[in-house]
Amino acid sequence: MLKLEKRQSDSRVMGYLSPLIALIATLICGAMLFAFLGHDPLEALYTFFLAPLQDTYGWTELGVKVGPLLLCAMGLTLCYRAKIWNIGAEGQFLMGALGGSWMALQFLGAESRWVLVPILLAGTISGMLWGGLAAWLKTRFNANEILTTIMLNYIALNALLWAVHGPLKDPAGFNFPESAMFADAAILPLFSEDYRLNVSILFALFFMVVIWTLMARSWIGYQIQVMGEDAKAAQYAGFNGKALTWFALLTCGALAGFAGVAEVTGPIGQLVPQLSPGYGYAAIIVVFLGRMQPVGILLASMLLALTFMGGEMIQIEMSLPKSLTGLFQGMLLFFLLAADLLISYRIVIKKSAVAQA
Amino acid sequence: MSLQQPTERLHLKGITKEYPGCLANDDIELVVQPGETHALLGENGAGKSTLMKIIYGVIKPDSGSIRWQGESVQMQGPAHARQLGIGMVFQHFSLFETLTVAENIALSLPPEDSQDMEALSNRIREISTHYGMALEPDRYVHTLSVGAQQRVEIVRCLLQDIKLLILDEPTSVLTPQEVSELFRTLKTLAAEGCSILFISHKLDEVTELCNAATVLRNGRVTGRCNPQDVTSEDIARMMVGDDTPLSQNYQKAEGGDTAMSISNLTFHPEDPFGVHLNSLNLDIKAGEILGIAGVAGNGQDELCALMSGEEHSESGSITLLGNDITQLDPDSRRRQGFAFVPEERLGRGAVPNMSLVDNALLSASHCDMKQKGWINYGKVRDFALKVIDKYNVKCADEYAQAKSLSGGNLQKFIIGREIEQNPKLLVCSHPTWGVDIGAAILIRHALINLRDQGAAIVVVSEDIDELYQICDRIGAICDGKLSPFKPTNDVSIETLGQWMAGQFDQSARSGTEVSHA
Repeated sequence: MLKLEKRQSDSRVMGYLSPLIALIATLICGAMLFAFLGHDPLEALYTFFLAPLQDTYGWTELGVKVGPLLLCAMGLTLCYRAKIWNIGAEGQFLMGALGGSWMALQFLGAESRWVLVPILLAGTISGMLWGGLAAWLKTRFNANEILTTIMLNYIALNALLWAVHGPLKDPAGFNFPESAMFADAAILPLFSEDYRLNVSILFALFFMVVIWTLMARSWIGYQIQVMGEDAKAAQYAGFNGKALTWFALLTCGALAGFAGVAEVTGPIGQLVPQLSPGYGYAAIIVVFLGRMQPVGILLASMLLALTFMGGEMIQIEMSLPKSLTGLFQGMLLFFLLAADLLISYRIVIKKSAVAQA
Repeated sequence: MSLQQPTERLHLKGITKEYPGCLANDDIELVVQPGETHALLGENGAGKSTLMKIIYGVIKPDSGSIRWQGESVQMQGPAHARQLGIGMVFQHFSLFETLTVAENIALSLPPEDSQDMEALSNRIREISTHYGMALEPDRYVHTLSVGAQQRVEIVRCLLQDIKLLILDEPTSVLTPQEVSELFRTLKTLAAEGCSILFISHKLDEVTELCNAATVLRNGRVTGRCNPQDVTSEDIARMMVGDDTPLSQNYQKAEGGDTAMSISNLTFHPEDPFGVHLNSLNLDIKAGEILGIAGVAGNGQDELCALMSGEEHSESGSITLLGNDITQLDPDSRRRQGFAFVPEERLGRGAVPNMSLVDNALLSASHCDMKQKGWINYGKVRDFALKVIDKYNVKCADEYAQAKSLSGGNLQKFIIGREIEQNPKLLVCSHPTWGVDIGAAILIRHALINLRDQGAAIVVVSEDIDELYQICDRIGAICDGKLSPFKPTNDVSIETLGQWMAGQFDQSARSGTEVSHA
């Protein structure tokens, strides 16, 4: 008989092994799915996971997608360490894009690179305010942040749609729901003219180090972790839970907002309705898959970025739907949560030995 | 197997139950006769509760057999046990506070017995008067005292045809007066032929009540006796083994200057089940240990939270070494020399999933462990190592998770962490609750040492023996009011019992008496 038994202490090995188990299980189930759809499973997996990275262009595209994922994921890490279940990175991302776009459209004739400063700031602050809204609702009304942030995501999406169909629509755009193209000076510098990768990836890596240092070495990072692990201990130590909640949500909003504005001033270059393929949601998976550790999150954001590219690739090459991306992301999270059980529990094989008279 | 003694009510044989990393019960044999009041003795963690749960069918043993009235049975669960005539009163009651006594009892009865509430109420009245436990069936449970709630649990068992009543540390929540009422009831029950299994670690109660005893230590039976024939010391020896000193007498001290002064402190908690505190007055002196006795839930938590700064009062004031700290937060109070050992060690005093190093930082961060918002982990680690070494904390290393430590070792760590901050005033809530005797002795020593260095200490506890042992002045809290505080040697246990039950002169200026004996 197989039996689950609580471990005396959490297994560190399983903590790191669990994402690998989840990845392998995802690959196996993916292969079965492709076989069921009548495709050679190995070829399909190759197309999904390896073909996108065959050339330099593929790797730079990976970087384009890692940037926003990493920024959102670091912000979410801060929240989740405090057990503030912020699902709102997507909305904060969209608001960042919207706020930044509005500022960029004020400088359509700009020639100086300095316009990027107010544009990036406007985006960052917009995302921050959107995160602050959730913080206010939580600290003032004790409203559950999972519900409020999900609702704020939809509000942000509708605000974006309203803007591109209304005030921010390009007057010379043949009534397409898009803004005007931003000035060249308002576009983030590229590393090379041949690729879309821009300097925002450097910001993402920089903020990863900053957030990590904050968590590992700073007093506020320690307080956040204590609050997340054990609210009563935080109260005993006298930490200000409301201030910490504000800090986590504002920081996450700022990072997601920055990711949003970097997207419109980067690869897109204007405000469009479908500017996020779901970075804010995928970042949630990145955080858990990456074990809330910096290196793990970097690797996980690369993996999730790859699922976005794989979805496109498989649509082009094998005429399978792009929504396979969501399926693979979902499976990853599902198997990860299942495998995480083994961190605190272990499976033992036991003969049933009930008291016999 | 032949039945040698068909009259035995309960016979356990070879009961073994293993949990990961701990053999809770090891080959245990236990015989209970009809009408016998049988004590099951042992320190915390000796395996008493596990054994009781096996008898009551809550958990299944890994091996061993159970005989009930001469017949072999396999317990299917608590419902099966109740069917057989076994009733159990747990340490933590399972009552719905928003329902009445009768409704609570009806919930545990088979559906056919709980149809007619009128008849049920009458039976409750009848049984409770018969056993001398007055109960009003229509009262709401949240309006009852803890003692009365326990009576509800007992009456609930008595409504069935009961043959064995198991009580898990029933007296730990009662005042001395309530204890003697309970004992009268139990004696009546036993005289009628009901067997009673009485779990306790209080030897005087066992001697008073029981006529058989089984002693457990580390999951094994280490002795059997009739408490009427042997001395308390003999039983204690069986409980703790030969190598531990049983008790120590500490020199009483007389305090010096006032360290903390509480005056007219009033507090109305937001929690609807919290206790309201009304104009409390209390002076705590440097160089003394002040004991606050009382049954749990009479305002101890609220008073501690006000002293530590986790809550703030509406009126009144608290001063620490002459400075008004009434509105200060916990961290600021700690900087002025305050330290606090809370009742819940895991989940409040320490973060379960964090290492001992991280837990050292929790309350000691003001001891030069951070600069400009950045933590100096070298210093934190040194501090943790010092505590581990000095207080003999058994752990894998300083990076062990707090939850991996035993209760006693974690408590030693927390006490050590607070004492090593050199507090001027230390508040300890239940400092040795649930820890083994070795750790308890070390903790008491540490507290006495701190007192002799001139610190003021407040000990809040339900363990009256301990309070008498270490406190220099003693008093009680009941329903949010403080009794007078007097030198321990001048307070008889009867007086303290009355104080715990709220019988003290309200007009006296509570707690501000000067201790010149």
